[in-house]
Amino acid sequence: MLITNLTILVLAGFVGYAVISKIPNTLHTPLMSGTNAIHGIVLLGGLLVIAFSGNSTFNKVILVIAITFGTINIVGGFLVTDRMLEMFKRKPTRPKDGEGE
Amino acid sequence: MTPLAVSFIQDPNFLHVLYIVAFALFIYGMSGLTGPRTAVRGNRIAAVGMAIAVIATLLSHSEGNWALIAIGIVLGTLVGVPAARNVRMTAMPQMVALFNGVGGGAVFLIAWAEFRNTHGYEHTATYIVLFSLFAAIVGSISFWGSNIAFGKLQELLPGRPITLGRSQQFVNGLLLTGAIALAAAVAAGSHSQLEFILMLVLAAILGNALVLPIGGADMPVVISMLNAFTGLSAAATGVALNNPALIVAGMIVGASGSILTNLMAVAMNRSIPAIIAGGFGGTGVVAGASGAGAYAGTVHSVSAADVGIQLAYARLVIVVPGYGMAVAQAQHAVAELAKALEARGVEIRYAIHPVAGRMPGHMNVLLAEADVPYDQLKDMDDINPEFSRADVALVIGANDVTNPAAKTNPASPIYGMPILDVENAHQVVVIKRSMNPGFAGIENELYFKPNTAMLFGDAKSAVTDITGELAEV
Repeated sequence: MLITNLTILVLAGFVGYAVISKIPNTLHTPLMSGTNAIHGIVLLGGLLVIAFSGNSTFNKVILVIAITFGTINIVGGFLVTDRMLEMFKRKPTRPKDGEGE
Repeated sequence: MTPLAVSFIQDPNFLHVLYIVAFALFIYGMSGLTGPRTAVRGNRIAAVGMAIAVIATLLSHSEGNWALIAIGIVLGTLVGVPAARNVRMTAMPQMVALFNGVGGGAVFLIAWAEFRNTHGYEHTATYIVLFSLFAAIVGSISFWGSNIAFGKLQELLPGRPITLGRSQQFVNGLLLTGAIALAAAVAAGSHSQLEFILMLVLAAILGNALVLPIGGADMPVVISMLNAFTGLSAAATGVALNNPALIVAGMIVGASGSILTNLMAVAMNRSIPAIIAGGFGGTGVVAGASGAGAYAGTVHSVSAADVGIQLAYARLVIVVPGYGMAVAQAQHAVAELAKALEARGVEIRYAIHPVAGRMPGHMNVLLAEADVPYDQLKDMDDINPEFSRADVALVIGANDVTNPAAKTNPASPIYGMPILDVENAHQVVVIKRSMNPGFAGIENELYFKPNTAMLFGDAKSAVTDITGELAEV
């Protein structure tokens, strides 16, 4: 299990590096808010751990907070990134520059 | 659902296949961000991947708790949607800092709950314990560090560096050592919740201590770094919970944050440890104070009408935006001016320094909001040779990234930082509130050059005035 997970970890690191280093400076802010949304995936951790939290009220409270945080990340991150990227798409060029619609 | 469907959905292999689909969509979506045309679709593809991962997890682990899960998701949506809908583009750095923070917060809370569920990691494999403790420490640092960054950007806290001076690094080292020692004790099987909580507290203080000494202009580095921290801690949570989707997603974010941190540090010609150790504070301020008045030249002040005439008869105008444009919300006024100039046949370019603003790509987003075509936005290396061809370089709220001292004065705290060569333009016009030095507290000799003219005033009203005068020419 450990070895499989470490393999995934290392390979994902290299894939991430390869993909992200191609992203131009212009889109670095949407990149940051987009990756914010993606690390919201810790929500899954909250969903998995709450299933084993037994009867402890305290555990349930901190996990509900964690789920809330993860959801804020996912929903907020993807929405705000979408809003930003729409602005980039809206007007690629003015007619004078020839290229684009 | 039929029993067959239930058993199928709860088959761990089926769940794993869905996780693989999810992370494949993340990677495919992210690679769409390589161009503005494909980026919107890329982001939506990644969101679909996320929906698949969440729904698959919900279906497979349905043991009760539905109500609690629903509360969390509803609360998160109620907070996240309005925040994302209403945030101003000028406030994006705060927003990103806040999102980094909640991610880190979720990570350390999950690690804490795991510790409690297993009665202090009883009968838990050592590697799981280690990854979980790593997630707890880094998540806590990221949560508190991001909150401080948010406070500074939102101006709830002073933007100036708050530092212990020389002892800062020593204190940080002590805090980190303490947190690691406590983690080691927990990993060795102490089962002590007190030690776990103390470890979280030390990490929290460290998060504060790391970001409080950072001044405004170093923010792009810190925000990127906190982004990387949250990503790596999420990946560690993924290993601890044996969840491949979490591992892959966390590592993508970790890689992205690390790349950006490095780019920002290179753009300032400063090492990451040097920035963490306390920014321009201390030495920078002292040097600025003693250096004030060192340039004997005079400052030429001009009116909006003069600038309007100069711009009207220019062939190429290069606009150099900085944080001042964001503060004054002047991006729409700037775009209006550019439109009016283009109608007269003037060529317009924007010179974007990598660390202009408070986060990577900050200026690009603001100008995109104002409908500036993105092919007019030029990176530093592409635009620098163009300045000698420009009739006017119009500097709007940028300071340190235009300071020639970075090239000429080895004693300057910003010496060695790559800058925009605005001084090579035939005429430089600087729109600035007053002669106050910039964030770094360094006098900018650009303002005393014979070919520099200063237009004093708020960036937005000054630019609007110029546009008005242009109509008269």
